[in-house]
Amino acid sequence: MHAFKRASLLKTPSVTIVDYDAGNIRSVQRACSAVGMDARVTASPEELLTADRLIFPGVGTAESAMQIIRQRGLDEALRQYFSQGKPLLGICLGLQVVLDTTEEGQESCLGIIPGGCHKFQFAEPGLKVPQIGWNQIELKSQHPMFGNIRSGDEFYFVHSYYAQPLQDDNVLAETTYGDIVFASVIGQRNLFATQFHLEKSGRLGLALLSSFAQWDGTEC
Amino acid sequence: MLSKRVVACLDVREGNLAKSIRFINTKDIGDPVSKAKEYYDDGLDELVFYDITASSDNRNIMLDVVQAVAEQIFIPFSVGGGIRTIEDANRLLWAGAEKINVNSAAVARPELISECAQAIGSQNTVLSMDVKRVEVNTACPSGFEIVINGGRKPMGLDAIQWAKQGAVLGAGELVVNSIDADGTRDGYDIELTRQIAEAVAVPVVASGGAGHPDHLVEVLTEGKADAALVASMVHYGDYTVSALKAHLHERGVKVRLRF
Repeated sequence: MHAFKRASLLKTPSVTIVDYDAGNIRSVQRACSAVGMDARVTASPEELLTADRLIFPGVGTAESAMQIIRQRGLDEALRQYFSQGKPLLGICLGLQVVLDTTEEGQESCLGIIPGGCHKFQFAEPGLKVPQIGWNQIELKSQHPMFGNIRSGDEFYFVHSYYAQPLQDDNVLAETTYGDIVFASVIGQRNLFATQFHLEKSGRLGLALLSSFAQWDGTEC
Repeated sequence: MLSKRVVACLDVREGNLAKSIRFINTKDIGDPVSKAKEYYDDGLDELVFYDITASSDNRNIMLDVVQAVAEQIFIPFSVGGGIRTIEDANRLLWAGAEKINVNSAAVARPELISECAQAIGSQNTVLSMDVKRVEVNTACPSGFEIVINGGRKPMGLDAIQWAKQGAVLGAGELVVNSIDADGTRDGYDIELTRQIAEAVAVPVVASGGAGHPDHLVEVLTEGKADAALVASMVHYGDYTVSALKAHLHERGVKVRLRF
């Protein structure tokens, strides 16, 4: 009865998650279910292109991720998907590899947003790499994905490399770790990507995922 | 700047929440999944589950607990207890755990740490260590000794040395359990925590002895811990997670308040 009501009265938004052996697929999938999104997982470039909404997650190293992405032909499919203007959400490594380059390994990345990734390096002792834990974001734009999220809200980060887009207007939010201010949310048109793990960031993380379920892929 | 984390520890025995004092006198005190959910809703930063099920035949119960937690709770959580192989670790990750805690099996075979780091990443490999104060001796120059098998077997291994070795082998985080302080609610072992935090470049989670909100303040400042683990003080309802975090905030410790 309950299932029938849901299916008939509400169209459940569906989302596709790109699978490239990047670890946290299932936690992203579970977080999608928690906000009422029906998530399918695919490793196929063809299926990826038929998605209405796409999540590009990831943990691990950029180098091995890019190798698998290329082997599976997902690099071209991701660029093509992006050019279709449909909503695309990158998470963690999924943010880093949309840039041009990374200091991590020899592979070049997807080049959707101009810029690169650098490794955290601190003169001051006591700052740990990777950055693991809850840190604040400062919003740099009025992006519709942010909804009720405000500056000072905290999200869960696990990373050793940080993004540095070349153009300021690709930086949607910033975070400070030690003396480094880095881009913790980046975007371009229908792409929105977070360095933090929104699927592990409690209710505020789920709120972002809910926004994604409704987002039309425009910046205002 | 990173916030200090409040981590709730749930010891799970045959699927039930349990609590010990100095690692003995364990008793069952409720359903781990509903407790975990209660803490999550109250702003908890992270969860740790230890499977203290005595018989390995019943370990699949833990997989059910992990899966139920993963479906309802969207903060990092790690699982430990009886993990000896990458296969054990992978089963728990697949069920929904994010980090894996290794303990006794890593003391017996330190390569387990590097194998885990290789397979699931350093950031997901946590080395949990049970430590007891001893007379300073040549094997344990710091006066802190590693003990395994639930506190029963002293190893003649110096805890500070072991912490350093664990970090070098690829542990991305250390949980330091003081057996002397466990369940006493008299406060963390500040000296132990500080010595380890100063010896390694990875985050340190202090564990054992929390009974008053000031204990968390102490271990996160003087003790230099990145996270404070709590158990009895929240399991029995003496304090709530949000009250602990409000106290830390009042005392100038940066914590996540809006959630």
